[in-house]
Amino acid sequence: MHQLLNTLYITTEGAYLHLDHDTLKVEVEKETKLQVPIHHLGGVVCFGNVMVSPFAMHRCAEDGRFMVLLDRNGRFKARVEGPVSGNVLLRKAQHEAMTNNQITISIAKNIVAGKIQNTRQVILRGARDTDDQQDVLTLKATAESLGGALSRLSNCEDLDQIRGVEGESARTYFGSFDKLVREDRESFKLNGRTRRPPLDRMNALISFIYALLMNDCVAAAEGVGLDPQMGFLHALRPGRAALALDLMEEFRSILADRLALTLVNRRQINKNCFIERPGGAIHLNDEGRKEVVIAYQKRKQEEILHPFLEQKMPIGLIPHVQARLLARTLRGDMEEYIPFLYR
Amino acid sequence: MDEATIPISALNQYTYCSRRCALIHVEQTFEENIYTMRGRDLHERTDTPEESGWEDGIRIERALPLWNNRLGLIGKADVVEFHGETPYPVEYKHGRLHKYENDDLQLCAQALCLEEMTGQPVPRGAIFHHSSRSRREVAFDHELHNLVEITIKAIRGMFSSKTIPPPVNDARCRNCSLQEACMPSAIAEQKRTRLLHENLFRVIDP
Ligand code: SF4
Repeated sequence: MHQLLNTLYITTEGAYLHLDHDTLKVEVEKETKLQVPIHHLGGVVCFGNVMVSPFAMHRCAEDGRFMVLLDRNGRFKARVEGPVSGNVLLRKAQHEAMTNNQITISIAKNIVAGKIQNTRQVILRGARDTDDQQDVLTLKATAESLGGALSRLSNCEDLDQIRGVEGESARTYFGSFDKLVREDRESFKLNGRTRRPPLDRMNALISFIYALLMNDCVAAAEGVGLDPQMGFLHALRPGRAALALDLMEEFRSILADRLALTLVNRRQINKNCFIERPGGAIHLNDEGRKEVVIAYQKRKQEEILHPFLEQKMPIGLIPHVQARLLARTLRGDMEEYIPFLYR
Repeated sequence: MDEATIPISALNQYTYCSRRCALIHVEQTFEENIYTMRGRDLHERTDTPEESGWEDGIRIERALPLWNNRLGLIGKADVVEFHGETPYPVEYKHGRLHKYENDDLQLCAQALCLEEMTGQPVPRGAIFHHSSRSRREVAFDHELHNLVEITIKAIRGMFSSKTIPPPVNDARCRNCSLQEACMPSAIAEQKRTRLLHENLFRVIDP
């Protein structure tokens, strides 16, 4: 298995990124702050007002390294893309699969099953990690209810039913999410999932990590030649990377939510890492963003056993492997798409 | 690539593993993805053809484009020496990765191209092994010619049907750079897929 290449995240606004032979240089106020050989990078993500030289863009596009521009809160703005290459037969198979009800249902179902299994593991782990008997009871009940959702899911016959089970289990899960927080519960209370914009700190934190994960899922889909916009579970909508969203479902809880909880529970992120905007929207501040990005990068380097491939690999590679498994399923090599299950 | 045209390198790949050949040419799976690009860049640099010219009274052509219209073959020769009028292809091999047969087949296909291109018979060529710095001469007999033609037919059939053969899932996979894209064991062992799929909807706690 190939070694996972780093993503370069540039969080300092006003930074200038340019190419010097085979090296990417980051300058801040005319001073070189960082140099990385371009070969060491899988891609570049720029937050907010970061300047990028055209040649640096050309080179990344040419090499197939992703370059993504986000706003300072991690919302997607643009991607620099080279010529479309790769597997036209795979894309054709993907489009055909979307018009085949049976394939669509089986892929969507398996993805949601993976998501529920993984959220359930996060809940159970929380129950093991706490001494508060009241919390244990709540978490156990949530796990039970998620287990019930799984068996209901196996009987679903159309997309609406699958989406229904998915939405319901997400509400159950987030309903007891607060019980997983062990430090400063007052500041990190989750008032339901609010996205646009996040209205509490926990929402702000997980939304930001989801944005990072999302870019990795788009890159993973593109990396194996899939069309990131053509999804199965998620409805098609212009400008929406539905397939990347599909791919992301099984990772949300285990990669993003758990990271958010770890950061809060270890006090690496505290209430001072956020800013409140007039009207109530809450965002991470500079420092908070930096902390999260570093932790996310570190987490991606940690090794984990892939239960299906029976191989150890860095966590950051899992979306790429799952994209590949999905591609193999679409090409008819495999009977079923098997999501990544966290144990 | 024109479906009817077959790259010479495909012969070698096909003999090693037909799925490998299909992944590269039918699915356009890049042997180098972004994770191995680093390796590719190095490779490109060291493989840049040097000047062609004369050495010890023999004319040497490097990175020579090859084709054979009758067979629908195209490719490139590492080195072609001209012993008088007679072309003599030399193929450079890095490791001991491939079995002899693959290399011989590839070399013979080069010879068939050179025959059509120059109108001269090409009876022999050589494989140069980098690791041992040794040269092994190959005679292009009737049997080898036949094998090349049969292999081309098989590849052409696979290309036009756009099928991907199942993985061999044996010792070959360990040395295969396409392992990550191919997923040989996951696909060969569908029983495992079925079992995992059944368990996907069950609550099994460790
Ligand atoms: S990994 Fe094995 S089955 Fe797959 S292409 Fe390579 S040699 Fe063939």
